[in-house]
Amino acid sequence: MDHHKFRVIKDRLIQFLVYLALFSALIPLFSILYEVGARGFSTINIEFFIKPTPTVGESGGGVANAIQGTLITIGLASLIGVPIGLMSGIFLSEYGESKLSVAIRFLHDVLNGVPSIVIGVFAYALITRSIGFSVTAAAFALAVIMIPIVTRTTEEALKLVPMSVREAAIALGIPRWKTTIIVVLSSAKKAIVTGILLSIARIAGESAPVLVSMGFWRWWFAGLNRPVANLALNVFIFATSPFENWVALAWGSALILILLVLGISIAARVLIKGRY
Amino acid sequence: MAVKFDIQNLNAWFGSKHVLKNINMKIEENAVTAIIGPSGCGKTTFIRCLNRMHEITPGSRVSGKVIFNGVNIYDNGVDPVMVRRKIGMVFQKPNPFPMMSVYDNVAIGLKLNGVRDKKTLDAAVRRSLELANLWDEVKDDLKKSGASLSGGQQQRLCIARALAVEPEVLLMDEPCSALDPIATAKIEALIRELAKNYTIVIVTHNMQQAARVSDYTAFLYLGELIEYGATKQIFENPKHELTEKYLTGKFG
Repeated sequence: MDHHKFRVIKDRLIQFLVYLALFSALIPLFSILYEVGARGFSTINIEFFIKPTPTVGESGGGVANAIQGTLITIGLASLIGVPIGLMSGIFLSEYGESKLSVAIRFLHDVLNGVPSIVIGVFAYALITRSIGFSVTAAAFALAVIMIPIVTRTTEEALKLVPMSVREAAIALGIPRWKTTIIVVLSSAKKAIVTGILLSIARIAGESAPVLVSMGFWRWWFAGLNRPVANLALNVFIFATSPFENWVALAWGSALILILLVLGISIAARVLIKGRY
Repeated sequence: MAVKFDIQNLNAWFGSKHVLKNINMKIEENAVTAIIGPSGCGKTTFIRCLNRMHEITPGSRVSGKVIFNGVNIYDNGVDPVMVRRKIGMVFQKPNPFPMMSVYDNVAIGLKLNGVRDKKTLDAAVRRSLELANLWDEVKDDLKKSGASLSGGQQQRLCIARALAVEPEVLLMDEPCSALDPIATAKIEALIRELAKNYTIVIVTHNMQQAARVSDYTAFLYLGELIEYGATKQIFENPKHELTEKYLTGKFG
């Protein structure tokens, strides 16, 4: 057979296999989006956004308390996780290679690989057992999940800032710490904010650690030592409940959660595009 | 002559690599001193030793004295930050701060050193940009990003940025190597102007440039100072055989 023809056939064959793999990977994604979109959308109305979880047997109701609770939990987790992650990232990138930084980097990789349920149990042991099932415990667990993500993205972002920018600032007689905080961080701020947003998107959908450390809650926020409602747990609890309107709310919650994460991811992509 | 730098037995290392060997020289005030020599001879390391920039590279080491205004900048109680404020630096590749406007690029040194007053800052920005012959080209675009200027303008912006903190010395590390001939000519003219009030030490690969802009020339080879003297003498009547070979293009 003509050698050229053989190569063309090989090329087509591989192309076909690649596209086949691509489509089979996309099928689950699109079927989830379609199913959640179609079923979730029909449950969404104004009541859905302004009413809390209905009691058993009550019709209607919404997920307003879960939206509130999820935002509070994410906010608290970011309050703990972002500063720690940011500072570890700065340390790893700006303060040289030492045995300590190698160890810290390794530990962050390990932490990043720890199953989230284990982190949930850690938060349970450390916080839930002393102050009870609470938003604080859940936020702590989610912060632990955020830290390695924020640390590594901050480190990578800072390493992309050319050495010449640091040198320019140091040569101006600007002290090292001001150089880092003002000049280097401002040069990398978009990439760092992107990393933070992606870590928030990651924790927004976490359910296992939240379930272990905080548990399910049907009411509004009632203090830092009490639980709050949570969208991901709504999906878990409502979907497996025997009540029809709870199952409907589970679809709605799933859709809101997907849109929330999608929104954050899109914001992150937009920021990346604007990077210098 | 008024001596600005008195360099005594200066040695510098990167790890175990000995890059500068026993340099002794005096640099005159309000004059342009050019450092020439083949690649890797230690020119850049030499000027980075003059404002303690060498030591920020991990694994680097310096010994000897650099006496600046009567004080050895390597003495124990001397703060390198204060040294760098008096001895500014312009780098090989223009490196304006990418996320800052033209105005902020020039003002940042003062802002971070505690100057808050808007009028003082405005005046300093204007004066520095005028000194760097850039004011007329950017006065309407002060809010534009510094990175949006042309290469030659960026380099003059970097000179303005260095001048804004009112240094006494400007160290320039091949400031024209990334620029086209027209931008180079502008910077060279600027160097001659600035030499009236500033001490300038310039590293250059380009011997014609050294001959055009400098009053004194030092020839470095393999980390040693081979010859140092008035530029005219070095170029017309070099005393050392190596200098002559380098200047006539026999190596380098």
